[in-house]
Amino acid sequence: MNSILTACSDGDGPERKIQFLHGTTTLAFKFQHGVIVAVDSRATAGAYIASQTVKKVIEINPYLLGTMAGGAADCSFWERLLARQCRVYELRNKERISVAAASKLLANMVYQYKGMGLSMGTMVCGWDKTGPGLYYVDSEGNRVCGDLFAVGSGSMYAYGIVDSGLKQKDLTVEEACDLGCRAIYQATYRDAYSGGQVNLYHVHSEGWNRVSQSDVLMLHQQYQAEKA
Amino acid sequence: MFATQVYGDNGKMKEYHYTGPVEHRFSPYSFNGGTVLAVAGEDFAIVASDTRLSEGYSIHSRDSPKCYKLTDTTVIGCSGFHGDCLTLTEIIDARLKMYKHSNNKCMTSGAIAAMLSTILYGRRFFPYYVYNIIGGLDEEGKGAVYSFDPVGSYQRDTYKAGGSASAMLQPLLDNQIGFKNMEGVQHLPLSQEKAVQLVKDVFISAAERDVYTGDALRICIVTKDGIKEETVPLRKD
Repeated sequence: MNSILTACSDGDGPERKIQFLHGTTTLAFKFQHGVIVAVDSRATAGAYIASQTVKKVIEINPYLLGTMAGGAADCSFWERLLARQCRVYELRNKERISVAAASKLLANMVYQYKGMGLSMGTMVCGWDKTGPGLYYVDSEGNRVCGDLFAVGSGSMYAYGIVDSGLKQKDLTVEEACDLGCRAIYQATYRDAYSGGQVNLYHVHSEGWNRVSQSDVLMLHQQYQAEKA
Repeated sequence: MFATQVYGDNGKMKEYHYTGPVEHRFSPYSFNGGTVLAVAGEDFAIVASDTRLSEGYSIHSRDSPKCYKLTDTTVIGCSGFHGDCLTLTEIIDARLKMYKHSNNKCMTSGAIAAMLSTILYGRRFFPYYVYNIIGGLDEEGKGAVYSFDPVGSYQRDTYKAGGSASAMLQPLLDNQIGFKNMEGVQHLPLSQEKAVQLVKDVFISAAERDVYTGDALRICIVTKDGIKEETVPLRKD
């Protein structure tokens, strides 16, 4: 009994796994017209804001998107490698790769480096012949399919907004975009490590398109005006 | 001169010369200071760096610029650990030659940036302790600046400061070039003369407040006519 208690509580207990991913808020959710992907654009080095214009959505190919949370170099390097692998798959099999297969390729690539210090929490979003696809993949080895994910230090704030907005089931494209934008805005409002601009993408059957890029300051003024 | 005071358990200050056991460890890195800055204009790019090489409390050299010419249209600024800066620039030069021999043309600024990202990531588990900024002209002749972190994450910017005084320079550039946090101001495009004067002013300010920045300022101006260099003295204290 004693040994079990010490094993659980000697610093390796529940506290250990709570690590805030290097200052970011990224989210993605499925709805009837595809997948909405919304991200902030702040990169921090300790308490210094290194950049307010980081592109945290990585365009793997015209119908697959990846998000960036954690180490910026890790995410962009491995997702660029994934883009290469997806292209090789297309050439070998004469058809597009599925989201499940693409996310599995990424998960297997980083699993070989497990424990060596990679930091990557990404969502692979796309549309394949089974419909919209959304997978969460990280450098710990997790790979899960889901309808909604928010990743990063501001994720809890974003979840609050999206969970309440998704209650009404059938969203139009415009409503879903507004929801994603609002969720990221609220996360940047409360999380010091998120901010800059909100980049919004919509993935549909023909591929993805960039919906908008809005400065958080402008959004703030817009929402304040709407409240009045 | 400030020094942090350490207090022992009895409330009295600890001695300046601590005589207890000290653990020594070899560190493969050292911090040699220096600040680099790059600005992209409509048809020009400017890469500037100070020329002080320091380590700890000493100055090794007052004439060690951190801008390196790569091609006729690209200059790189590297600050951080000088040993890694030298090796990295040698590796980039070698790769440029290899590309020129295989592809019969010079690498463009964008291609150099993408290549540098993979070179840096190749040492993901024992990084080059270098903060890089590439400044040059893109294929359309417009100014381009690419800023990197030590492991290869990069993006294209209009302006970026890197190195020891970066946190002091970047906000000033955000205001003067990016027109951030200014209401009702006309966004005039940056002329080459104004950009050079801004760079000089900004480094003079950095030398005032950062111990690792000073001695002289080397400015490289990249235009379609080539690369022009200018040296401006800074505070030597």
